[in-house]
Amino acid sequence: MTSRRAFLKISAIAGGGFMLRAMLPSVAKSDEAAQPLNAFVSISPDGTVTIMSKNPEIGQGIKTMLPMVIAEELDADWKQVKIEQASLDEARYGRQFAGGSMATPLNYDPLRRVGAAGRQMLVTAAAQEWGVPLTECRTEGGVVHHDGSGRSLGYGALASKAVHVPVPNLRDVTLKDPKTFKIIGRRIPGVDNIKVVTGQKLFGIDVEVPGMLHAVFQKCPVFGGRIVSANTDAIKKLPGIHDAFIVRGQPGPDHQSLADGVAILAKSWWIANRARQKLDIVWDEGPVATQSTEGFARDAVRLAKGAPGSWLRRDGDAAGAMKGAAHVVEAAYAYPFLSHIDLEPQNCTAHVQDGKVVLWAPTQNPGPGQKLVAATLGIPASDVTVNMTRIGGGFGRRLRNDFMAEAAWIAKQAGVPVKLLWNRADDMRHDFYRPAGFHFFKAGLDDKGGLVAFTDHFVTFGQNGRPADSAQMDANEFPALLVPHLEYGQSVMPLGVPTGPMRAPRSNALGFAFQSFIDELAHQGGQDPVAFRLALLGPPRVLVNSSGKPDALRDFSTLRMHNVVAKVAELSGWADRHTLPKGTGKGVAFYFSHLGYFAEVVQASVAASGDVTLDHVWVVGDVGSQIINPSGAENQVQGAALDGLGAALGQAITIDRGRVVQANFDTVLPLRINQAAPVTVHFLVTDHPPTGLGEPALPPVIPALCNAIFAATGKRIRSLPIDTGMLKT
Amino acid sequence: MIYTIKINGVDKTVDVDGDMPLLWVLRDELDLKGSKFGCGAGLCGACTVHLDGAAVRGCQTAISDVGKSAVSTIEGMAADPVGRRLQAAWMDLDVPQCGYCQAGQIMTATALLRQTPHPSDSDIDAAMTGNVCRCCSYTRIRAAIKQAASGHAGEKGERS
Repeated sequence: MTSRRAFLKISAIAGGGFMLRAMLPSVAKSDEAAQPLNAFVSISPDGTVTIMSKNPEIGQGIKTMLPMVIAEELDADWKQVKIEQASLDEARYGRQFAGGSMATPLNYDPLRRVGAAGRQMLVTAAAQEWGVPLTECRTEGGVVHHDGSGRSLGYGALASKAVHVPVPNLRDVTLKDPKTFKIIGRRIPGVDNIKVVTGQKLFGIDVEVPGMLHAVFQKCPVFGGRIVSANTDAIKKLPGIHDAFIVRGQPGPDHQSLADGVAILAKSWWIANRARQKLDIVWDEGPVATQSTEGFARDAVRLAKGAPGSWLRRDGDAAGAMKGAAHVVEAAYAYPFLSHIDLEPQNCTAHVQDGKVVLWAPTQNPGPGQKLVAATLGIPASDVTVNMTRIGGGFGRRLRNDFMAEAAWIAKQAGVPVKLLWNRADDMRHDFYRPAGFHFFKAGLDDKGGLVAFTDHFVTFGQNGRPADSAQMDANEFPALLVPHLEYGQSVMPLGVPTGPMRAPRSNALGFAFQSFIDELAHQGGQDPVAFRLALLGPPRVLVNSSGKPDALRDFSTLRMHNVVAKVAELSGWADRHTLPKGTGKGVAFYFSHLGYFAEVVQASVAASGDVTLDHVWVVGDVGSQIINPSGAENQVQGAALDGLGAALGQAITIDRGRVVQANFDTVLPLRINQAAPVTVHFLVTDHPPTGLGEPALPPVIPALCNAIFAATGKRIRSLPIDTGMLKT
Repeated sequence: MIYTIKINGVDKTVDVDGDMPLLWVLRDELDLKGSKFGCGAGLCGACTVHLDGAAVRGCQTAISDVGKSAVSTIEGMAADPVGRRLQAAWMDLDVPQCGYCQAGQIMTATALLRQTPHPSDSDIDAAMTGNVCRCCSYTRIRAAIKQAASGHAGEKGERS
């Protein structure tokens, strides 16, 4: 918090309260978030502290967690804190998005300072009122006390006086000793829980605007297909249908721009959706109709036989070192496309009037959504208002805003407010998928089982040699920087299927492939998988990424990882795993992503039928010095671990003739309660700034499960989802 | 066609096609938005409501099949002793993440506890497996059902 750009503004509000507006510089290194952050806090005369929640709430608990940070340093009484969801206004609030587990690292220190500045001004106002030195005043639960005279004043009474107090410099405010925290570190339940459990309107799908019609939008099942004709006249005559029309889109390579399709509008969504059965559309399916999952797999194997299209890194002499190795291990790993399967299907409500648009959108990324709508309708972004609703699951899907463009276009055409809602098949077949990928590994071990050479030929998807969105691999991917002779090569296959970030993008796939293969190497060398990993990590140091520039997202502390691995081994009873019954095994894996260090052990049992039972999951994480809300943190970690296990056990999207085969939860299987193992969560508290928890607990859980299955059966899972047929005995 | 159905103890009249699912009657005709649409195929349980106390999928129940059965939805659970206990346990243990499935979870759990006041883990599995929580809040769903069944307030969470 050192930028000159930081400043604080205070203003009076009606009725005698005050509002603090903090302009805060970004602490982000990525361009994505390199924007100022603003915070708005107001105190009304009755002592109510109102904090604006600027980011989308997708279930990550942000609406509860960020206000806790301000309230702590303000020394407010949490019972008097009210939280209001902000609309999109990035000029006012800075970037408003939910992604990358970035809210904690970006906001923790700045928001503490905002709260501390507010507290300092309230104390100053009280000291002036009483004519006593500042140092004799203390605060507690929204009240300033002067113990010497026994006087006290609530924040509400002081707010109008604090407006006239000089504004402190955010750099110089005194922060609390974390040992004295009363709100941070407490298990505080979600602020919207009461509305959730009583079924009040909260989500995008619940929006109701007077005069509104319900819409469905039928797109081409083949990605990028164009519409030739449709029987919209017949559809319009169906009972209950208000309108039906062809949308000629503006398809672009980003897959977010308006697609071709047919919109159907009715008074009830069910009537509009029912009419789709009668739709007769002639499509020009276009070039993507030749693509298929089977073809991708064939092409990947063919590409792997040749030299990589490009090199991500080449250290030492891998080929030479393989020749001298005591053992050489080779294995091919593959993982499928995945859909985000947000439980709330994509939807958006739009009203276009006098050339301006108002939207109610469950989006993780409203700023780009506003720009997309503006571009789609050919109007300035300033004429696009975005109200942010609570979101029934994001997982990265709602970082892309195609549904906003569709709703706006259809509403403009309809001339009345329109709620567009996708059905489940729309949602599963028009996603931005976690990209599939293929890894062709080879490793050389010395006669003591030590890793001396490691190569990966990564076959991924993209255009012109450049990987598609979320289909990249970093040159620093573990075990780079630890093995003297190491090569990562990459080949890129063309793809017409949209891809995008999914919870722990890239890491959710790379963790499986690399941490499973590392496990193979441990077993090949006759070593304990935990001991092998600790030996590989070596002495405590920071492995600085090879770009030459420090980057907290890519610089890797072997010490922090060593400690989480050692702790999870201890907690999970790793040393006693040989006492497990036949058919039951424990597997371990670790992964560093989103600034978080995670090691996990899964215990699984495999029946003679091949069915896999999850017995228990142990997670140890290091996300720095402070868990802000232990209740929310535990939710995120348990959820991420079970999310990964669900994907590994039952989820894949397959492409056939350019279209997605699956359409609902009978073929893409979300994890269910009867499969959900207990998840033990433990955090190591370390002397590092607190970082985020939405994502980093996911990547290690999948290889930990696959490694457990190997321990239980001797069978190695090299392809996802797990084929239980292969495990049958 | 005109249908009069009893929802949360109150008669409501709607004029809709007989095959319109109860879920869409509730959401689009009666503006009761607590029951959620997830899959439209009876696979996720987000639309769970009660017909005479039994948990059914609102997306798979045609309005013409409701007849004289009493319909209860999440909006009526605060007035139901079992539903209220579950809602309190859900809040106490901070169960929701995104929260989208939780109305359906509570409706299924209410039907379970009415039938089986002290469910075992396998009772909970059998009753709740049809309800998907995409955020995987299952550990806490299980704990909240047990807490509501025990009648004790928890020690883990705290109310705000």
